[in-house]
This record gives sequence, structure tokens and C-alpha cells, in this order.
Amino acid sequence: MRTWKDRLIGNLFGLLTLATVLIVVLIGAGLWWKSVPILRDQSIGHLLFSTEWKPFSGHFGFLSYIVGSILVTAIAVGIALPVSLLAAIYLSEFADARFKNIVTPLIDLLSGIPPIIYGVWGVLTLVPATGYSALTGGIVLAVMIFPLLISILLDVFRTVPQGLRDASLSLGANDWETARKVLLKRSAPGILAATILAVSRALGETIAVLMVCGNVAALPHSVFDPVYPLPALIANNYGDMMSIPLYDSALMLSALVLFGLIFVFNALSRVVLHRLERRQF
Amino acid sequence: MNRKRRIEAAVFRGLMLASLVLITGSLAALLWSVVSRGIRALSWSMVSQIPGGGFYLGKGGGILNAILGSVYISLGSVVLGLGISIPVVLYLNAYQTKRTWLAGGVRMTFDVLFGIPSIVYGAFGFTIMVALGLRTSLLAGIVTVTLMIIPILARAMDEVVRLAPPELSDATYSLGATRWETAKVLLKQSRAGVLTAVLLAFGRAIGDAATVLFTAGYTDSLPGSLREPAATLPLAIFFQLSSPLQAVQDRAYAAAVILTIIVLAISLGSKYVKQRL
Repeated sequence: MRTWKDRLIGNLFGLLTLATVLIVVLIGAGLWWKSVPILRDQSIGHLLFSTEWKPFSGHFGFLSYIVGSILVTAIAVGIALPVSLLAAIYLSEFADARFKNIVTPLIDLLSGIPPIIYGVWGVLTLVPATGYSALTGGIVLAVMIFPLLISILLDVFRTVPQGLRDASLSLGANDWETARKVLLKRSAPGILAATILAVSRALGETIAVLMVCGNVAALPHSVFDPVYPLPALIANNYGDMMSIPLYDSALMLSALVLFGLIFVFNALSRVVLHRLERRQF
Repeated sequence: MNRKRRIEAAVFRGLMLASLVLITGSLAALLWSVVSRGIRALSWSMVSQIPGGGFYLGKGGGILNAILGSVYISLGSVVLGLGISIPVVLYLNAYQTKRTWLAGGVRMTFDVLFGIPSIVYGAFGFTIMVALGLRTSLLAGIVTVTLMIIPILARAMDEVVRLAPPELSDATYSLGATRWETAKVLLKQSRAGVLTAVLLAFGRAIGDAATVLFTAGYTDSLPGSLREPAATLPLAIFFQLSSPLQAVQDRAYAAAVILTIIVLAISLGSKYVKQRL
């Protein structure tokens, strides 16, 4: 009786586990199913590389949105990566336990703050200085991805064996040289994986960028120009997308593109990070 | 030569400290700007009343509908999410101890799902809703947010259950317990971890706007049933902020303070629980 119950529960739980794993497949399939109508109507190349966005006359060129997304993401990661790297090196190699106990909770706090609050902050303090622009979006996103980057980088640095540091120090290198030549070199794959995760977080963030980027669908000429990233496009048009033919399909296609890109980025990074963790000794 | 090396080390040490100051400084700047701006418009009626007629023109009322709507959605999805993720975590840790490739694959899937942006969950939830012929509703919001927080719950609990000493399950097995009975012991051992995961997921659920934008809808009244639309705090902030009227914008900032306080309280709560782990 007891083993029977054990097996029954095991099978039930196993099925449930399988079902949760299938969420990934379901999301992909669901978005694909909604995207098919527009893909039948227009070629993917035309959709991705045209800037003409006129839903009423059936023109859905995503290029301005794609360029906007890439620009904002590049600014965000360009700011966040060096800052987070330096901060993580300090926390991992230089700081004593008391300092870490003060700073890490603050970084955790930053990671818990909702996107909409970041948006409000951007509107209140950044927009008056930098306007509704790609730069503003990039700065807000950079602050949003600090905690993610730092926590992954700290995990990566933990996989570097202490013996390597000791060897470097005993050869007469100072602590910065050890960090630069041993820690950074040894962690290079992990740093790359962390960067890709940060890129995908920045690519997918919606509400905060929607509030500060200005949302003008045109190719930007400088970082001070407004841009209209893809997630903002999806979020902004849910209201009227049902009334125009193919509009909903076009928006679901952009969700599919985001999903596909971020899925691949995440899967690659996680594989690298798991490998690193297993190498640990 | 030696001097140059020392100077380089000192410069980078300075840069590192500057980076940490920049990061913690942005947290301070963020909290300060939101709270100092919003506190002025914060009033008791904001949290105790639903919007009155002409609320969006600056007349009386509050955002109780959004506060409660957010709490309903977050609570509902955390409960639903726990119902799904606790069995999954127990399955991984009590039943799949040998075939690690499967457990590894599931964990990897959750890690990937964790990185999928909430707007994609929102769009997907909307697709399901339309396919099933549902309207925007509390129920649709709860289901979509549940999908988003399952990976958070599962991974957070998994971390803690995995920390349980192997002697514990060895002891239960040597007493003749089945895997299911061992799983129950593991769960009991990890109560604090479950609580941390719940707080983490709740904080994430209550602050997310992109998932509920398509699915929960928005309304000025309190949701009476699962089939009615529900307002949420992030959307209340978002919609009021886009108003041209100063009085309405002020309320957006006040609503932002309310959300910040809720999220900070949850964040500190989970820190407290983690310390007692």
C-alpha cells in the first residue's frame, strides 16, 4: 500500500514536472501560431529590414524598433558591464566580510525594485537632463541590470580556485595584478555568459523603457534621439491591435523574435555557467 | 617600474570603490527621488478608497482597487505556483536523485524560463486567453503571472532543498521510509526556504506590469469574481503618470511610494527569514 502510494505520487509529480518544462515549448508554439498569418503575407526579410511602419495600410517594417532595442541595450550593457565588473572584483577579492555584509543587501534591494519604479525614477530625475531618449533608457536599464550582473559575476569568481590566486601572489604580483591576470582571464567564459544574460534582460525589459525612451518609430541619429524598443511596441499597442488586420500577428511576431533570441542567449549562457560550476574544485 | 605597478593598482582600487558608490548611490537616488516626490500626494484616502467619479480629472478617491487587485493577483499566483512547483521540487530531489540528466535538464529549463521577459509571458497569456474565448480578468492575470513565477519559486526552493544534509534522507530511508515519505521530511526541513521563495515571487508578481497589461485589464471597481477584470498597482502608476493633469500625476507618484513600501517590506522580510534559515 505504501509503495503503491509512493509510486503513484512519483508518477503524478513526474507528469507535473514534465508539464512545467513544456511551458517553454508552449510559449514558442503559441506565439508561432499567432505569427504565421503575417509570415504568410510578407517575407521575414522585408519585415525585419524595412523601416516602413504603417499598420493601417499593412506595412510592418520592424527595423526602427530593432535598431532602437539594440541601441538601448548596447548603452545599458556598455555602462553596466565595466561598473559591475569592478564592483564584483572588489566584493570578491578586496572587501572584508563586514563591508560585504553592508553592500550585498543593498544590491539585493536594488534587484527587488519593480520596473515601473525604475521608470518613475527615470521620468523624475533623468528625463529632465537627457530627455526622452535612447540614452535615458540605457541608463535606467544599466541600473536595472547591475544586480543581475554582479550576482552572476560573484558566482563566476567563486569558481576560480584559491590556489591560482595564491600562486600569483607568491610570485610577487600585487592584488590588482592577480585580479586582472588570473581572475579575469580564468573567468573570461563566465564573464561572457553573464554579459549575454544581461543583454537578454535589457532586450526584454518593457515598462521602464516604455516610460523613458520617447517611443518614436524612426532610426535614431544619436543617443539623444528618442527610440522605440520592441517590447515597448508590444506593450503600447495591445489595445488597438485586434481591429486592424495582421496587426496582432505582427506584434506576436515581435514577441516571438524576442522569445527566440532570449531563449537562445539564456540557454547558451546557462550551459557555460553550469560547466564552470562543475569545473570547480 | 614598481611604482608604476603600485599606481595602477591604486587607480583601479579607486575605480572599484567608485563603481560601488555609483551602484549604491543609484539605489539611494532612486528611493529618494520617488519617495520625496510622492510623499506629498500620499493621503489616507489614496489607500482606503476606490476611484470616485472624475478621479482621473483630479477629483476624490483613491487606488484601493489597484492595491487589492495586485494583492489578489500576487496571492493567487503564488498559491497556484506553489501547488505546481512544490511537487516539481520534491520530484527533482526525492525521486530523481540518480538520473541526474533529467533533473539537470529541468533545472536548466527553469533557468532559461527565468530569463524570458515578462512581456513575452504577457503576450503568450493573451494568446491563450483569446484562444479560449476569455476576456481580460483576474483569472487570466493570475494564470499568466503564475507561469512567470513558477521558475522563480522552483529554483529558489530547489536551492534550499538541495542544501538539506544527505544524512537526513539516508536516515529516513534506513528507517524504511518510501521516497514520498522522505520528500515530506525534506519539505519540512526546508520550510524557511519555501517562505523565502514565496516572498521573492510575491515581490516579483506585485511589481510586474507587462504580464498583467494584456491579461488582467483595468477597472475602477473592486473585482467581484475571478471573471472580472482587475486593476493593478503598476498599471495604476503607469496610467496616471501619462495624464496631463498635475493632480493625477501626483497620485501616480504617491502610488509609486505605496508600491515601493510594499516591495521593500517584502524584500526586508525575506532577508530576515533567510538570516534565520
